[in-house]
Amino acid sequence: MRFVDEFRDAEQARALAARIAARCEPGRTYKFMEVCGGHTHTIYQHGLEDYLPERVELVHGPGCPVCVIPMGRVDDAIAIARRPEVILTSFGDMMRVPGGDGSFLDAKAAGADIRMVYSPLDALKIARQHPDRQVVFMAIGFETTAPSTAVTVLRAKAEGLTNFSVFCNHVTILPAIKAILDSPDQRLDGFLGPGHVSTVIGCEPYRFIAEQYAKPLVVAGFEPLDILHSIDMLLAQLAEGRCEIENQYSRVVPWDGNPTALKVLGDVLELRPFFEWRGLGFISHSALRLTEAYADFDAERRFDVPGVRVADPQSCQCGEVLKGVLKPWECKVFGTACTPETPIGTCMVSPEGACAAYYNFGRFRRQRLLQVTAR
Amino acid sequence: MCLGIPGEVVEIMADRPDLAQVDVSGVRRAINIGLFEPGEINEGDWVLIHVGFALSKIDEAEATAAMDFLKSLGDAYADELTALRSSTID
Repeated sequence: MRFVDEFRDAEQARALAARIAARCEPGRTYKFMEVCGGHTHTIYQHGLEDYLPERVELVHGPGCPVCVIPMGRVDDAIAIARRPEVILTSFGDMMRVPGGDGSFLDAKAAGADIRMVYSPLDALKIARQHPDRQVVFMAIGFETTAPSTAVTVLRAKAEGLTNFSVFCNHVTILPAIKAILDSPDQRLDGFLGPGHVSTVIGCEPYRFIAEQYAKPLVVAGFEPLDILHSIDMLLAQLAEGRCEIENQYSRVVPWDGNPTALKVLGDVLELRPFFEWRGLGFISHSALRLTEAYADFDAERRFDVPGVRVADPQSCQCGEVLKGVLKPWECKVFGTACTPETPIGTCMVSPEGACAAYYNFGRFRRQRLLQVTAR
Repeated sequence: MCLGIPGEVVEIMADRPDLAQVDVSGVRRAINIGLFEPGEINEGDWVLIHVGFALSKIDEAEATAAMDFLKSLGDAYADELTALRSSTID
């Protein structure tokens, strides 16, 4: 059976599911947010909601770095890319994200020199190979990728490269979590903390969530059993009246994170006063830019960036999906006007976006459920 | 971008101690190990690689489990591995 082949740990999952069900207090419902898009992907791909009692609801969070980039920043990057001397380099994830005036792929088809890279160091190599061109790296991502950008800038400076710069769109996870906690339309009982971001920042920075907001958070791994185990840990905390930051993913995430990565990050990047997030609006101190010492490598200083603000299309409800207020399938255009082939909103573009994950896997949930029941 | 790919460190490059050769599913690639202090990453270690950088040290059992999980992702993993293979950082 396909389902069992996909999910070889089904027996362990059922055992965990039984424990989760037993921990739920009668008459109480639970709502947990998985912050990270990687978790959303696992939840839908493996149909984990089928293992949970109905009273345990998972809500998808803002932790997909592609999804939270506002359309105006895509347009700004394309404006830079249209300059004849510029080669814009980007992770593949960004290529199909629509701006107000098309995506990187559209701009490339129209003649802009936009190239996909795997690593910011690949962008640096392109800069070395093309001393007559200006190579700009479209930097995106949470704390998982920001240190890599920082190292790349250090290297560019050490090599004395004058034709490399970074269009910095790095965001930080904690202000986004805080914005969601402050949002009046969301009542949560706890969080599954992001695995890879925590590899860098560690677990300690989440403490305010437990101490100021009285919500538990468990840093979770990405495999199906990791997520079920983390939900069990959250329910155990609630049942025992505890409210703590715990680390389910300790086999990868050290409690103190990666101090070397944090130091490099702090040397090269600093918090912006504010940054616009798709769906969440402007959040203060929530994104990074290059420090004054590395201003020469800042594309926003090197080029005239229009800095336009573009409102999301009216039909698009990515904002509500990113805040966890709407489920993907509750969006007006989900699966009709907006599909992975022709995305309107960012959540449908990235494989870690809640809408793409649900479109690709979740809608088959009912069929799978029937298969399991038939066993 | 967000996927961490496990690789085994097979060589620290003598002339560039911030670079290491890793084996990822039988493919050798250079990655940057500058997010660790010198001496923290050694030959035989397993690391999780993000956008060409070692970001965390793991053990071999975790590397195997992580690789099995990535393979179960299908296209998303295939795309990431193709991108890693095309990468020639130095």
